Amino acid sequence: MNLKAISIKNLLRRKGKAAFVLAGLVIGVSTVVGIISFVEAMTNDINHKLEKYGANILIVPKTENLTLSYGGLSLGGVSFEMEEIQETELDRVSTIKNSQNIAALGPLVLGVVNVGVHKVLLAGVDFGAAEILKPWWKVQGALPDKNGVVLGAEASRVLNLTTGNRIRIKDRDLVISGVLHPTGSQDDQLVFTRLDTAQFIFEKQGRISMAEVAALCKDCPIDAMVKQISEALPGANVMAIQQVVKGRMETLSQFKKFSYGISGVILLIGSLVVLVTMMSSVRERTDEIGIFRAIGFRKRHIMNIVFIEAAIVSGLAGIIGYFLGVGATIAALKIFSESHSGYVPFSPELMLGAVLIALTIGLISSAYPALMAARLDPNQALRAL
Amino acid sequence: MSYIVAENLVKKYGDGTAVVSAVDDISFQIREREFVGIMGESGAGKSTLLGMMGAMNAPTSGRLVVDDIDVYGLNQEQRADFRREFLGFVFQSFHLVSYLTIIENVMLPLTVIKIGKKKKRAKAAEALSQVGLLDKAHRLPNQISGGEKERVAIARAIVNEPPVLLADEPTGNLDTKTSQEIMQLLRHLNGEGMTIIMVTHSPECANYAQRIMQVTDGKLVDDNSKIKSIDEWQKKERKCDALRNQKRMQTAGSLPTG
Repeated sequence: MNLKAISIKNLLRRKGKAAFVLAGLVIGVSTVVGIISFVEAMTNDINHKLEKYGANILIVPKTENLTLSYGGLSLGGVSFEMEEIQETELDRVSTIKNSQNIAALGPLVLGVVNVGVHKVLLAGVDFGAAEILKPWWKVQGALPDKNGVVLGAEASRVLNLTTGNRIRIKDRDLVISGVLHPTGSQDDQLVFTRLDTAQFIFEKQGRISMAEVAALCKDCPIDAMVKQISEALPGANVMAIQQVVKGRMETLSQFKKFSYGISGVILLIGSLVVLVTMMSSVRERTDEIGIFRAIGFRKRHIMNIVFIEAAIVSGLAGIIGYFLGVGATIAALKIFSESHSGYVPFSPELMLGAVLIALTIGLISSAYPALMAARLDPNQALRAL
Repeated sequence: MSYIVAENLVKKYGDGTAVVSAVDDISFQIREREFVGIMGESGAGKSTLLGMMGAMNAPTSGRLVVDDIDVYGLNQEQRADFRREFLGFVFQSFHLVSYLTIIENVMLPLTVIKIGKKKKRAKAAEALSQVGLLDKAHRLPNQISGGEKERVAIARAIVNEPPVLLADEPTGNLDTKTSQEIMQLLRHLNGEGMTIIMVTHSPECANYAQRIMQVTDGKLVDDNSKIKSIDEWQKKERKCDALRNQKRMQTAGSLPTG
């Protein structure tokens, strides 16, 4: 016989009260777990969708030359006399601390060529990486082989060329394998070919003009990644396309803040339920607390009995609340996110967090009732019967 | 040397003009192994006095010394320890914890003592065996009779082997036969060396005590350790009643003057 046994037996006797406290905490904890796991799942879902927005870090050579514009963004010294980056240097990007956050790395060679009477910007790209970096590209036709090109929509119109036509660039015959649908960006003005083809045309084998990086994931430390890439490539300027990242983070951050605010309110209500129920439980037990005090229980013994009860119920509420919250998330995802698989992985951290939250709320809310019980004057408690 | 010494104990309730003296300047000494009965009418202050002796009701003034310990010089937590080590309580309404079995109720005072589980159970079983209820150890309080509940309350009071047992109307809710059994049990415990202080209304029960303290209106009006028979006590009681009535009439002004 010990204090724990008294607490457990009392809980079993007052099943209704214990169930009420349990329900209050389970609702609070499951809501919090539900919101957190829902936010987590939605964040991953949103990030997955946001990855379609393309590159958000540019790697350009350090240069003193005048800049050309690319998509409204400064590209650094892209000119005939521009400096270049060795293609092999890009391998170092995969060694940075946050390399797992890199979705794609696309080297680019740029140069001006004559097509008929027109001067055109020819871009050599890695079409594999371009699928991630430029997911909005839609090619009418096919991607080119090493003897082919793809025209931007505007270039196709100005040059009056389309799929299947041939163009001659620097004594080399190339087939137009496809034409890009209009993108609204400067890509519409360009002629694209494979990276190695462009390097051959410009006689820049092993060298590139710039590189684009897609680093898109939850809480991507973009600034830190820019720093890490800069350190890996001291000869390059590394720039983040901040507005994309910031916008993305702000949306998620506001969503999270709102959710946590709601969680806080629900937890507060849960803690009030615990407080009121425990107070009433203590009042009902005036006689037995009086007896405990009369036979020599110290105040801390009485408080321990109340706290042990609260801890048992809270711990149980934490576990039940976790599974209920995850269940609610799975149900909510099926309703609110058509693209989500509905699978929410088991998270020991979240479960531990749920139990800790439940314990904290249960114990804090029981502190006053416990103190009230401990302060009961045994003489008055027994006389009051 | 006396085991329990009460010096000018006073307990007042209320304030201003509404002050009520529940215990009014009571002093006495109780020796080790004495069996003392405290008698008086309802509201006379005997339970308040017992509460004071039980370290549960601090006097407004005065001192209570038990085994050289100034009880009300101790803080509340020390008084809890004192109750655990020195006193056993038997309440009129038994006050058993309804959701604990008989043996668990008896083990309650041992709960906060650092001894092994087996030893606690053995001590509780021994106490239950002393009151003849070992066979009902695993029943709940609502599965036994009133007399048995009182015996469980006594077993709980003695499980810790306290030197002093305080009993508040221990037979108040019991029939005559069961009351006699309980009183014999208390006498037996007294015979084994336990000091017993018992509040009672019943002259029959008081007859088991070696000494009777009569409390009236918060005052100790008689402390006669020589009362040996119930007839003698009843004679004294009648005399007290007559005196009280006379006093009341005088106060009301109904007594003829001159």
